[in-house]
Parts: sequence; structure tokens; C-alpha cells
Amino acid sequence: MAKITYIEHDGTEHVVDVKNGLTVMEGAVKNNIPGIDADCGGACACATCHVYVDEAWQGKTGSTSAMEDSMLDFAENVEPNSRLSCQIKVSDALDGLVVRMPESQH
Amino acid sequence: MSQSDAHIVILGAGHAGGTAAALLRQYGHAGPITLVGEEPIPPYQRPPLSKAWLKGEADADSLALKPLEFYPEQNIDFRPNLQAVKLARSDKLVTLSDGSTVSYDILIIATGMRAIRLPIEGADLAGVLTLRTAADAEAIKAALGPGKRLAIVGGGYIGLEVAASARALGAEAVVIEREARILARSACEPLSNFFHGYHLARGVQFVLGAGVSGFVGENGKVVGVRLADGRVEPCDLVLLGVGAIPNDEIARDAGLECARGIVVDLEARTADPNVFAIGDVTHRPMPHYGRMFGPESVPSALEQAKQAASAITGRPAPAPEVPWNWSDQYDLKLQIAGLPFDADRVLLRGDPASGKFAVFHLKGDQVQSVEAINSPPEFMMGKQLIANRKPVNTEKLADPTVSMKEVAA
Repeated sequence: MAKITYIEHDGTEHVVDVKNGLTVMEGAVKNNIPGIDADCGGACACATCHVYVDEAWQGKTGSTSAMEDSMLDFAENVEPNSRLSCQIKVSDALDGLVVRMPESQH
Repeated sequence: MSQSDAHIVILGAGHAGGTAAALLRQYGHAGPITLVGEEPIPPYQRPPLSKAWLKGEADADSLALKPLEFYPEQNIDFRPNLQAVKLARSDKLVTLSDGSTVSYDILIIATGMRAIRLPIEGADLAGVLTLRTAADAEAIKAALGPGKRLAIVGGGYIGLEVAASARALGAEAVVIEREARILARSACEPLSNFFHGYHLARGVQFVLGAGVSGFVGENGKVVGVRLADGRVEPCDLVLLGVGAIPNDEIARDAGLECARGIVVDLEARTADPNVFAIGDVTHRPMPHYGRMFGPESVPSALEQAKQAASAITGRPAPAPEVPWNWSDQYDLKLQIAGLPFDADRVLLRGDPASGKFAVFHLKGDQVQSVEAINSPPEFMMGKQLIANRKPVNTEKLADPTVSMKEVAA
């Protein structure tokens, strides 16, 4: 279980407990948190679950696959700390994780 | 009564209906929401049914759009195991399959499609299955395994995805297709040929250009597919993947305009201002192509759920999205952006033999659609080019050593 803080682009914070094994995307979607669309449901096919990982957490969220890198490379408003949240698996090690949402996923 | 107190009734608890209910709450709708679903379980994702779920890599929890407690917590009255049987628009009243009625202020029809069952001999035998629901997938999963032979009637995406999953489960798979090539209705020839070869190399068998005249049964259970020329393909199980038809009868009977599906506008509204329709059941405007169409895809259902929820809650209309879709088979990710309407040229970028290539459909020097295999840049940039209508240099586009960023520059 990890406590994750999702911060919408307008600054609205949502703090929820997310079960281990789910993805950071699923944690948002299952809790009806706005700002992460996840059109493809986690297939790494759409880049509509884009988040910015708080810098303190970048080392703990794992590395990106070639597919994710490639999708992010063409997404809007990408920063060095951009990730597709469907590719970050939740574990105890992510307890306290903070992610921010971009202005738009489309 | 103000709009925010309105009772919204959603018919159909699939991807579209479930998303509309969640978005209405997200967008601040405070009035009652009733979500009527035909299946016993709350809304879930259908795409994994033919893929990860069939292979045992996803469970019911991960498939669910929202956890079960979400519905009571959000004051959404989820009513499973019920179908709408009649819509009386003048009374704003829906009759359900248990004989009860529910009245609405705003109605959203999200009844989806149903798989076509061929009206041929033996179609009602046990083991002749279709795949739309979790229960369908469960039945297929239970019948597959090493030593079993699955006959798939119809070489479309669902059939091919199930073929790949069947092979992963150790079963044999034979695809029987009426046309001379698989994916004849949904993909261009280079892509058909590529998938054909890829599946062949992984042990899937094909019978192309073959009509099916019936199913052979023993003790009420299917044991073979009879082809039009009299040959019989033996099998333990049949998956019918020959397309689907919209569940639009309730709207038709209520006098709402239907084509192949319920006709809606860009707010997902029918001609009746109090009745919306979203998802596979609709025939909708495709603003990038200046025509009406039914894309039969999850992204379209989600877009329309946004359109309807925005219109109902008074939010600005969302910008039109480029239609897209995807398919996973083995280690292949196919991503399709746009639709090949009005295309006058097909351009291949990359070598199919490398397992990484894209097919662009062009109208003059504009991209109408792209089918990308293991090629996210082509998909992502193709999608942007379809949206911004920017002309492309086709020589650069045909050269995979020129990056997609440079092609679009």
C-alpha cells in the first residue's frame, strides 16, 4: 500500500491509498481523480496518463521502456520528469509519492 | 428544477455508460444518476478480454473501471442484470426487462453492440461462442488449453487477438475468413499480409476465401466447421468474430433517427434534447472527415462520454479528438490513428520484415490515417498531422531514416 498525492494542474490535491501491484494510473482512475484520462486502460498505447513525478521520487519509480520513451517523446508538454503513469507499478517503496498532472492529456 | 438536480438515467453499463456516470460526478452533477446494466458486474474494460485477460494476466479487479464501492459512495444507483425494453419519450419513461419503470430528466443511451451470430445450421450448438462480455471471455478461457483446437470464423482484430492468446495458452487455432485476406474490412493489404505472416510463423492456421455453411455437432456440442465447399475443419470450440450490430432498437422504436446506430451530434445528443447516446451504439459526426460514422472503439466511447457529460453539466465542449484504436498481438502493438476516408495513396514507411513499420493513407499530401506497428513516433506524429492538416513531404515520410519530427517540421 502506498499513499499517493495526485496534484491537478490547477493545484487541487488528491491523497489516496493505492494497493501494491496497481499502477499509479489505476490509483487515479479507480478513485475518479480528474486529470488522468488513460484512454487505453494501461496498454501504453495512448499517452493520456502523462504525469510529472516529483523530483525526490524520480529514482524510485523505475526506468522507462523504449515504448514509453517513444510515446512520451511525442506527447505534449513533456519535461525531464514526465512519465506515463500506467507504467509505474505501486509498491510500499512508493509510499508518499507525489505526481502532478499536465494541463491536458489530449 | 435546475439541470444540476436532474435525474440522469444511463442505459448500458459498458465502457461508455460507466465513464459517463463517473465523469458526471467529476464534473459536479449533484442530482441522482441511475446506471442500468445488462451484465451482473459493474462497468469494466473490454479490450483486455481478448488479450491479457484471456491469457490469465489480468483479473476481474484490474478490469473493473471503478471498484464496486465507488457506485454507492458516489450515489450512483447501479442496477445490474437489467435491460431497457421500451422508451416512452413523451413521458420520459423507460421500461426495464423486469417490468419496472424508471423516469428520467435526461437519458443517455449507451447500449453498445452485440456480436452477429450467423443464421446457419448448428449455430446454436454448445461451443459456438462470440466475444463481447466478460462471461463470453470466461467461457472461451475455460474451453481453451493445450490439445484443444479453436476455429475462429472471421479474420478481424478480435479473431486475431484471440488466436494469439490461444497460441499462448497452448491451443491450436485456425482462422477461417470469407475474403481472400484477413482484416479485409479494417486494414490495408500490406498490414493484412504482415499479420498473416506473423500469425502463420506462430502456428496459427488460415483458411482464406472460404465461406462457412454450418457447424457440425456431436451430442449437442460443436466438433467442426463445415465450409461452403463441403470440407470440415475439426475443432473443440468456435469463436464467431464476424462483426457486431448496434443495440439501437429502443431508440428506433421511440422514433429517434438511426442509421447504423443512433444518430447524434457533437454533444452526443439525439434530436430529442433530453436524450443522448454514446459509444458503439451511435452513428456520430467525424469532424476531421466531414462525415458520419460509427468507429466502434473505446476512445470514441470515452470522447462521447466527455461530450455528453460536458453538455449536461454546462462545461465547454471538449475539442474533437482524432479517432484512434489499438491492437496487441504477441509482441506486436498496432496503433491506428484516423480513418482512411478519401485517401488516394498508400505510403509504406519502414520494412514490414523488420517488425516495425507504418502505413500512411494520404489524400494528396495530407495524412488521413496511419497504421503503425511497433512504431509509436509514426502513430503519435501521424495523429497530430491528422489533427492539424499540415501537408507533409511524402519523400521524407517514405524514408524511415528521416525522423518523424523532421517529417512534420
